[in-house]
Amino acid sequence: MAHSGPKPPHTDTLAVHAGQSPDPATGARAVPIYQTASFVFPDADTAAALFDMETPGHVYSRLSNPTVSVFEERMAALEDGVGAIATSSGQAALHLAIATLMGQGGHVVASASLYGGSHNLLAYTLPRFGVSATFVPARDLEAWERAITPATRLIFGESVGNPSVDVLDIPALAAIAERHHLPLLVDATVTTPALGRPFEHGAHLAIHSATKFLSGHGVVIGGVLVDGGRFDWAADERFPTLCAPYEGFHGMVFTEESPVSAFLLRARREGLRDFGACMAPMTAFQILQGLETLPLRMARHVENAARVVRFLASHEAVERVHHPELADHPDHALARRLYPRGASAILSFELAGGREAGQRFIEALSLFSHLANIGDAKSLVIHPASTTHFRMDDAALAAAGITPGTVRLSIGLEHPDDLLEDLARALRAARK
Amino acid sequence: MQFIVEGYPAYAYTGGVPYDPSRPAIVFVHGAAFDHSAWQWQSRYFAHHGHSVLAVDLPAHGRSPGAVRDGIEALARWLAAFLDSAALEKAALVGHSMGSLVTLEVALRDPARVSRLALVGTSVPMPVGDAFLAAARDDSPAAFDMETAWGHARGAALAQSAVPGTWLVGASRQLNGRSRRGVLAADLAACHAYRPSNEALAALRVPALVLAGKRDQMTPWKAGKAVADRIPNARFVSIDAGHSMTSEAPRETLFALRDFLAGNRDQTPTS
Repeated sequence: MAHSGPKPPHTDTLAVHAGQSPDPATGARAVPIYQTASFVFPDADTAAALFDMETPGHVYSRLSNPTVSVFEERMAALEDGVGAIATSSGQAALHLAIATLMGQGGHVVASASLYGGSHNLLAYTLPRFGVSATFVPARDLEAWERAITPATRLIFGESVGNPSVDVLDIPALAAIAERHHLPLLVDATVTTPALGRPFEHGAHLAIHSATKFLSGHGVVIGGVLVDGGRFDWAADERFPTLCAPYEGFHGMVFTEESPVSAFLLRARREGLRDFGACMAPMTAFQILQGLETLPLRMARHVENAARVVRFLASHEAVERVHHPELADHPDHALARRLYPRGASAILSFELAGGREAGQRFIEALSLFSHLANIGDAKSLVIHPASTTHFRMDDAALAAAGITPGTVRLSIGLEHPDDLLEDLARALRAARK
Repeated sequence: MQFIVEGYPAYAYTGGVPYDPSRPAIVFVHGAAFDHSAWQWQSRYFAHHGHSVLAVDLPAHGRSPGAVRDGIEALARWLAAFLDSAALEKAALVGHSMGSLVTLEVALRDPARVSRLALVGTSVPMPVGDAFLAAARDDSPAAFDMETAWGHARGAALAQSAVPGTWLVGASRQLNGRSRRGVLAADLAACHAYRPSNEALAALRVPALVLAGKRDQMTPWKAGKAVADRIPNARFVSIDAGHSMTSEAPRETLFALRDFLAGNRDQTPTS
């Protein structure tokens, strides 16, 4: 017998409303900016109870803040998670996830096609602290499984790789994660909850660089870590940060406090408290202004991107375009299945003429901005091999799907005809 | 903390401090398809304020193994056996939703063991709709969607949370969704079938509180008021919350329980 139950509001509604009630003090309809470091305790008993997690509430804006909480709860709602923690950047969100789950001796199995900053953290920085990583080709499912060792505590990839634009097979990776009882973390910056929700496909944790599409305006740096609440941390002994008494908080066993929120409790009570990479209230406010229009914007982003992809794919100066919209892209069918509304406003392509042609092309563009970012309302262009991924050697670049001639575009919200006109002119310049 | 109850291990959260049976005890009992963490924001407080706290996981819920129990009476027998196992001659019982029926039944059977009785989000009887029962019987995800939607105030999915950074309906949905097969169906059937007589309620001589959510869609506050009206000298308090008032209004729930359990009944605001 088919049953249908009431569902939460749709994504468009959550994006506008979730996590915010009219301000109880003033009735303000817009999210107020609680620009304060700390919060007055009504009495000594409440102060002690707040510090000891006997009662919920705000103490100090490094740990939580009412404006930031609106953003956190809205993201948790949009992702269908249980809660979220806003961080000072997307990189801080990734670090917070890893540091909450493991310490010395921990191991991460990660996609080889990661954002350069994430690759740096895993390949060069975390090993100094005793956490290692193995990078595997994103599409090679057997390689993912082979790379898992007894020390592995996390599987990590990007929903859509940047700049290679490969689509992570989240359902298949979730099945591997399930077999090995490991959490799957997905960086969903490129897709956002407007195009697809990682938890619906089996992921357990999600991070975003909120600097990108979530904001859309490119005026802040921020990140967010969302917990789907679907992983059973207490099933074995491999996650002592969550299942064993934590001396840093009165011997608290987080999985006993809350089976579904254990990860977030530890991440906030340890990670935000001690590493301190919190989000500022003004930043949260600015991200929220963008977040309200996320579904509208993402629809236009991917529509414009599809126009650009078709244009470039048929242009004689272009050797190859990487985007799952194209039927010959290896992830075309997967993208249709996971992201039926469109998978990416990011694309990359190879120009005939290699690096020099690429540089001429970038310098000839006038509407596209040459800068290191994605997900802005404005269309953006960059040459990854010499900028975002410059620390990677040729082998790592190749593994990440980048050649010396790769150009990455982030398609914005301009009229598509104007974008095509700018691209056509720059492509002519590149051939001279 | 682990106990042995009716031959099986039974888990109870002690609020972050070692269990001390010499202190006045409060036993918290969760609702259908929940576990002890439903009381996260009340149990830990009382454990740090002079009480001995045991927030149980009923059999087949949370960390307690064992078979699901068919009926409130069976759950009440289990809870009485739990009190034996914890060496508690007498305790304050605080029950939410289905848990309120379990604690009520213990008080009706053996009032000498109950120092105070707090019924949170209650209705007697507690009828469950056919569609909800059927979906639960089939272990359909729709049953958990119903529990989540009706288990909170209307609009809770969009509202700011009392627990910063937690999307309460999502957390509630995921906790329910962890239930073993058949648990929600058995719990709902138990709620639906339980019909103590008005005479039994009228004969109850245990100090009682009925705490109701003014926006409760599962057990409307008027149903709670009717329960309070039938228990002699029962106190009735309503707060601005839905059925999941322990998380929707954690502090207001705590204050109401604190006043009642401390015996400061005359200072409790009524509405």
